Amino acid sequence: MCDQTFLAITFGPCDSCSENRPLMNLYIKTEPINYCSLCMEIMACQGLASGETLKSLKAESETLRKKLEEERKKLHDVELEKVAEKAEALGELNMKTRRTLKGHGNKVLCMDWCKDKRRIVSSSQDGKVIVWDAFTTNKEHAVTMPTTWVMACAYAPSGCAIACGGLDNKCSVYPLSLDKDENLAAKKKSVAMHTNYLSGCTFTNSDMQILTSSGDGTSALWDVESGQLLQSFHGHSADVLTLDLAPSETGNTFVSGGSDKKANVWDLRSGQNVQSFDTHDSDINCVKYYPSGDAFASASDDSTCRLFDLRADREVSIYSKDSIMFGAASVDFSLSGRLLFAGYNDYTINVWDVLKGTRVAILFGHENRVSSLRVSPDGTAFCSGSWDNTLRIWA
Amino acid sequence: MERVIVAMQDPDMGVKMRNQRLLITVIPHAMTGNDVIEWLIQKYNITEEEARHLGGLLVQYGYIYPLRDPRSLLLRSDDSPYRFQTPYFWTSSRWPASELDYAIYLAKKNIRKQGELVDYEKENYSILHKRINHTWDFVVMQAREQLRASKQRRKADRIVLECQEQAYWLINKPCPGAFDVLDLGPERCNVLSSRVALIEHSRRALGRNRVKSSICLESFMKYSEQYLHHDPIMSGCLPSNPWISDDTAHWTINTDMVGTPTRLRVERWSFSFMELLNDSMGRREFMIYLEKEFSAENLCFWVACEDLRHGESSKIILKVEEVYKNFLAPGAARWVNIDSKTMERTLEGIKRPHRFIMDDAQMHIYFLMKKDSYPRYLKSELYKNMLAKAIVPQETKKSVFPFMRRQRHSSPSPAMVTQATEDDGKAKGAGPTGTSSTTNSQI
Repeated sequence: MCDQTFLAITFGPCDSCSENRPLMNLYIKTEPINYCSLCMEIMACQGLASGETLKSLKAESETLRKKLEEERKKLHDVELEKVAEKAEALGELNMKTRRTLKGHGNKVLCMDWCKDKRRIVSSSQDGKVIVWDAFTTNKEHAVTMPTTWVMACAYAPSGCAIACGGLDNKCSVYPLSLDKDENLAAKKKSVAMHTNYLSGCTFTNSDMQILTSSGDGTSALWDVESGQLLQSFHGHSADVLTLDLAPSETGNTFVSGGSDKKANVWDLRSGQNVQSFDTHDSDINCVKYYPSGDAFASASDDSTCRLFDLRADREVSIYSKDSIMFGAASVDFSLSGRLLFAGYNDYTINVWDVLKGTRVAILFGHENRVSSLRVSPDGTAFCSGSWDNTLRIWA
Repeated sequence: MERVIVAMQDPDMGVKMRNQRLLITVIPHAMTGNDVIEWLIQKYNITEEEARHLGGLLVQYGYIYPLRDPRSLLLRSDDSPYRFQTPYFWTSSRWPASELDYAIYLAKKNIRKQGELVDYEKENYSILHKRINHTWDFVVMQAREQLRASKQRRKADRIVLECQEQAYWLINKPCPGAFDVLDLGPERCNVLSSRVALIEHSRRALGRNRVKSSICLESFMKYSEQYLHHDPIMSGCLPSNPWISDDTAHWTINTDMVGTPTRLRVERWSFSFMELLNDSMGRREFMIYLEKEFSAENLCFWVACEDLRHGESSKIILKVEEVYKNFLAPGAARWVNIDSKTMERTLEGIKRPHRFIMDDAQMHIYFLMKKDSYPRYLKSELYKNMLAKAIVPQETKKSVFPFMRRQRHSSPSPAMVTQATEDDGKAKGAGPTGTSSTTNSQI
């Protein structure tokens, strides 16, 4: 039988205490460091006030966490399933691929809809970013980025520009021009600068500001015109993989999910981490707000999707099944919030009933992982991009 | 995935394994593709399509390998025999497939049957030959030894071992162009966080106001119910979903500045104040109503503040001054009625203007409109007339000839629309000719 894999990959002298121990390999500001677990704890407690020891801090944070759990439980008087019993059962969902957009030469990593409900921008591993009119399946613009793995792309609300970024650690904005001979790459404007890959980007309510999330563990708000950093958000202890802007009335918050299994809600004005949810068992790949803005869903490598309520401050539902063994890469809600579409690494798309927690349908069609999924702005269809180089529109 | 495999191998509850026949030899502990699918259907209560898909994945990731056609990693739902891969070869153990092993494997293949190596394998072979030339003798010797040893085994064992190894290498060194199961994307690493910060955060979190679950969950139910008929995926859309019928009528009747809006759209304005403001036609109607009530300055103020918040950084100071001049200065043309405390705070803040300086005042006016003007608007004649005038489009009947595909026209790009309004003086004809062309595209 093969050996079990250990959490510590190496065994040897620790960089700080020089004793021979199982080492944990970490990266601090992209520098690899090999510390034993004891030294790691010490380092994590930088900023110890006098009188506090390692043990006391650990104990304190544990008790606080338990208290938090209790507080949350107190107000939890009913489960979503019980409340949802009154809801009408959903009939059979009959969705098929209506359009297939072929043209990328490599894995499609990200896509976004335009507000006109029919245009899409998509980015792929080979650095190509293409703007399509999904209805006619024509390509309208194509840009080649000087980097591979373009993991984030977004359409501006006005429809006049697109933003994208990836392994180049920055987010660039391209104004979309209609002159066929114009070289789009020439007009590129570099907006964001991070110290690691860009994992997600979105325009806030106008073309003038962009919110980005990065593998360096931070998210940031930038001014497009000047490229200036307006606000940065620190708090994740690992790569931030996804973010979504709240549709609420005040429009002042956003949620981000990361490799540290946490989903954090932030205030755009102050940069503060307002709420935090850490019930996932693995990296969170995608977060999306419920249409009313009172909750959000997350998709994770632990093969579950979960719904978190912001006012009750807890997880209210888990969408999972034994036969789903692969991580979920992307989620989105239908317009009414009743259906949750989730794309998985086993090439399928599962459709969940948000209220009842059951699976409504499973959609086959892609030949490789589904990497991104978005519902169109008017809810008539949704688009899924996959590592099989195509995008499909389902309705 | 390994959980599934272990469950499958369970002697009592697992997949039935028998001695399978492969041409003339009998292979022990094998199962048919059909068995695998049946078992999956039963255990997880899923449909056959899903079970086939799942089984296929198990084969592609190397947990089960085929005996009959070892080159293609597919799960066939008939009686082709399959076996479980030994855990040594599991992809999750992530032994990096060493070059030496691969070289030995290719050498064995080469020796056994000249010319059995496929193109990409031949390439890899020559590359390896160049790279580890110094140990080549060792490689060839090992290959010969292993071949000799295998000749002494029973045929059944030999076949099994060969297939096993082949499947393993097919996965680890795939044919270029075929997809690589081990491709995972950029590395994700961990950054340390401070425990002190964590404690701070927990303390703050304890102080939050929370709402009872029952209230929150009820609100989800209500929301879903309210929007049920507006959700095209759940209740279809009139006249027809453009993606299904290729008919863009649904979009044309819902454009921003259409003459008569649809009933659903007007109904939606009554769901929440934000819905009304987000729809440009709704906003326009509301403005007309407010003008009648002589309180239009509220909405103008709100719009100006939104513009300030989301506009360009360079124009902030200018915009703040404008807003002050028009709405806040004593005796201003469109003076808004804010309570004195907020007014004081705002006026103080204007001395050092920034993007969010008007937030308090904006919030005040927003809630004023929401609590007062908005409900009155919904009860007003203006709104009721709008509702009565609104059209309910006919559902288009399915065309008699289902194979007749409509021409799909492209729409003017939003980028072009704004460009056209910018170059107001230029001839309008110059713009549209660039992009609108009728195309009859294939799915």
